[in-house]
Amino acid sequence: MATQHSRSAARFMMAPAVFLLLVWMLVPLSMTLWFSFRRFLPLRGGDQGFVWFENYTRFISSSAFWPSVQTTLIIVGGILLISVVFGILLALLLDQPMWGQGVVRILVIAPFFVMPTVSALVWKNMFMDPTNGLFAHLWRAFGADPVVWLSDAPLFSIILIVSWQWLPFATLILLTAIQSLDSEQLEAAEMDGAGHLSRFGYIILPHMSRAITIVILIQTIFLLSIFAEIFVTTGGAFGSRTLTYLIYQRVLESQNVGLGSAGGVYAIILANIVALFLMRIVGKNLDA
Amino acid sequence: MSSKTLIRTTSALALCLTASAAFAQDTTITIATVNNGDMIRMQGYTDQFTEATGIAVEWVTLEENVLRQRVTTDITTNGGQFDIMTIGMYETPIWGANGWLVPLDGLSEDYNVDDILPAMRGGLSHEGTLYAAPFYGESSMVMYRTDLMEAAGLEMPDAPTWEFIREAAAAMTDRENDVNGICLRGKPGWGEGGAFITAMSNSFGARWFDMDWNAQFDTQPWLDTLTFFEGMMSESGPAGYATNGFNENLSLFQQGLCGMWIDATVAASFVTNPEDSEVADSVGFALAPDNGLGVRSNWLWAWALAIPAGTQQADAALQFIEWATSSDYIELVAENEGWANVPPGARTSLYENPNYISVPFAQMTLDSILSADPNNSTVEPSPYVGIQFAAIPEFAGIASEVSQEFSAFYAGQQTVEEALANAQAITSEAMEAAGY
Amino acid sequence: MARAVSNPRKALNTAIAWGIGLLIFFPILWTILTSFKTEAEAIANPPVFLAFDWTLENYAVVQERSNYMRFLWNSVFIAGGSTILGVIIAVPAAWSMAFVPSKRTKDILLWMLSTKMLPAVGVLYPIYLLCIQLGVLDNRYALVVILMLINLPIIVWMLYTYFKEIPGEILEAARMDGAGLKEEILYVLTPMAVPGIASTLLLNFILAWNEAFWTLNLTAVDAAPLTAFIASYSSPEGLFFAKLSAASTMAIAPILILGWFSQKQLVRGLTFGAVK
Repeated sequence: MATQHSRSAARFMMAPAVFLLLVWMLVPLSMTLWFSFRRFLPLRGGDQGFVWFENYTRFISSSAFWPSVQTTLIIVGGILLISVVFGILLALLLDQPMWGQGVVRILVIAPFFVMPTVSALVWKNMFMDPTNGLFAHLWRAFGADPVVWLSDAPLFSIILIVSWQWLPFATLILLTAIQSLDSEQLEAAEMDGAGHLSRFGYIILPHMSRAITIVILIQTIFLLSIFAEIFVTTGGAFGSRTLTYLIYQRVLESQNVGLGSAGGVYAIILANIVALFLMRIVGKNLDA
Repeated sequence: MSSKTLIRTTSALALCLTASAAFAQDTTITIATVNNGDMIRMQGYTDQFTEATGIAVEWVTLEENVLRQRVTTDITTNGGQFDIMTIGMYETPIWGANGWLVPLDGLSEDYNVDDILPAMRGGLSHEGTLYAAPFYGESSMVMYRTDLMEAAGLEMPDAPTWEFIREAAAAMTDRENDVNGICLRGKPGWGEGGAFITAMSNSFGARWFDMDWNAQFDTQPWLDTLTFFEGMMSESGPAGYATNGFNENLSLFQQGLCGMWIDATVAASFVTNPEDSEVADSVGFALAPDNGLGVRSNWLWAWALAIPAGTQQADAALQFIEWATSSDYIELVAENEGWANVPPGARTSLYENPNYISVPFAQMTLDSILSADPNNSTVEPSPYVGIQFAAIPEFAGIASEVSQEFSAFYAGQQTVEEALANAQAITSEAMEAAGY
Repeated sequence: MARAVSNPRKALNTAIAWGIGLLIFFPILWTILTSFKTEAEAIANPPVFLAFDWTLENYAVVQERSNYMRFLWNSVFIAGGSTILGVIIAVPAAWSMAFVPSKRTKDILLWMLSTKMLPAVGVLYPIYLLCIQLGVLDNRYALVVILMLINLPIIVWMLYTYFKEIPGEILEAARMDGAGLKEEILYVLTPMAVPGIASTLLLNFILAWNEAFWTLNLTAVDAAPLTAFIASYSSPEGLFFAKLSAASTMAIAPILILGWFSQKQLVRGLTFGAVK
């Protein structure tokens, strides 16, 4: 059906989206690149000309750089792991026949609607506060010393908060995938005497693989740049400084736009390495 | 929701998009401010200002860190989003020097600019020109529980030493009943734990930079400061003090869980307010401690109103500043909320007012403010102005990272030597990048 | 795959699912409950669950302090506007990718997604300067455009996957009947894609509503949405849990309600082509 006519029409229809995104990518990107080569200190005389790669060497040789990359990967990886594993379990559970399925589904997806700032504030203050938080009350009720979550387990706390927000998203997509599974196939497998585990391993999981990769891809895109949750909770302290947060510190706290821009370029490179890795997997799945 | 209703809602939304409601007012000024109690109270009285002058006021109230981020971005790029910005003693001289603020030399005679406390006026000026008017000012002091002090068989001197504070803290601590001898800020952030430890280090003879702008974290006084602080806090401080800032400590103290608390003088009105504080009638005050080296550990700070140079409404903005930081405003608040709740620490006349000086914490607040000298804050000479900060553009960035290293030490994630070595590296690196 | 199961099994499922559902929902529930407490009750130990003096005081305080309706309207405007604009631009693009695929279609799609990877903080100054140049700081329309651009890749991708599931034969049949390109899109494709478009709208409305970096940094008064509203309650002096809860509840309630009413739509549509 791809006639010459429809081909040019197709290009024409794609043009606005492609053009807009091209502008949206190129303008900030080229401005970031431009600034990254310059000595730009807003509080100290503004833009002071080219320093070429000085910002790049300075950013990467800073003692904070590699730990921040590591922290980023731990946080993103941790959240992905939690949301995929628990997402599958929850999806399997929600797919079972039960009373009040609709309501349970609503309860489970609700956190996805909460804005990151609010969820970080609520968790930090009302749950993780070592004096007045609910967890502290709970711990004391069992005679234990309250955990100081944000300094004793900063990465765990952040992973917990963000996972809480993104688990519903994963669950939703995985649930849709399970529901599309042909039940006859499962019943046939059951007849053949396949147990729960083997049914899960040989039929359900392969069926969900595509959904899983999509969950990973989309969440990674969003998680690489999480900011509000860290800003509100630890402010990057106690080893919870991600690459994004390091850039924030350079640009806004230290007011060194050149250095921060160089960091931004590194972040794009990191994101693309991660993306390339992911696209390889998802790309295969997109063909299907 | 069915698809039909969805489409209907969508088209309704699209319709709304085209009909935007914009009202034109005679004169409206936009004020960016911090969400502190005194500021919020002022918002409640804004109507009176509008009635008197016809100038409408729009408030942008933000949490401190977000506020800093917003106003700094706006002022450095000349964005012109705000007609008045609420800034502190750290930003004012730097921005003033850059020509980003409108000099406040057009203040009327009635306003009586000479009434502003000299320390505040000095800290909010650059080369003798006032760039921001203090809404309220603060130093820091010891707030302590008189009942617990008595039970411990001790008496708080007016000007305690750190040794005494440490002993008293240990004596007041009652782990069984969750009473901590002392609550102090350990929270990362240059305005939180960073401010406290810097002010404290002054009294131990430490300084941020020597006269050639070399970082000084490899010196003995810093080691002494951190070791003493951490030792005292693990003996007598609350669990998790590494994440406690002003707010956390305030709420601990108000709930009766702290024997002593060394923090901003403005907290005095909160801890003595019976509505919020369970210990309101048993709080005593003393000067911030020292070590006999001639420098106390109290800081100096003001939340002040400044006019960015990019504004179109400089006159209206000045009118508002005159109103908000005037003696009349103080009286207005006193009339409605009582003298204990007026914005403190800005004007000399307030402390000459017999109604105010009888408030329990007034005299100690004044003494604390008067004993703070931003130009002479360290035992050994230093090249910077400021007590709990150094008024150079790089400081906020450096100090927020340095305080993170310190907090990581308080939380037991690294040793004091590691923390100081990291602080030294961070500071040297950043100062080199800034071209010192 | 609804299978007939015994009642005890169903009861067990129900119990487990409700338990987990309530656990996940609990932080929201707790926030809502706390918003009706006094500040002292909000931190009481042991915590009170329901047996407290319900009060609307916190809401009154929040309402008195901030013009909630303006923040709300800005959120609706920005999230709604950017979503609708995004879908309008994305539908033709997704259509052509799905029905007239070329060798580069997949590359373009992946490239679009990669534009989302530039960390926002890194470009704050460039974008801020740009907005000053264009005179669009604190401007709702500017935020509509920016949030549209941020979410456009997701919108295109979602729509693309829906469109791909529409069998091509239907189009050919329509064409046989003499339908032009316009008719094809309007009368054949769109009705079939409505569920997909609806869930795309929903998801992106949620994403735009919750976007908290640009909406906070590029606004002051006129365009400030609920993300800026919440920033004024985050850590004031003194006890604030109850007021924070009230403000939080007010910030999330509209989207929560929308989400609940539309959850069936969301569940059906959120496939990203994951279902084959």
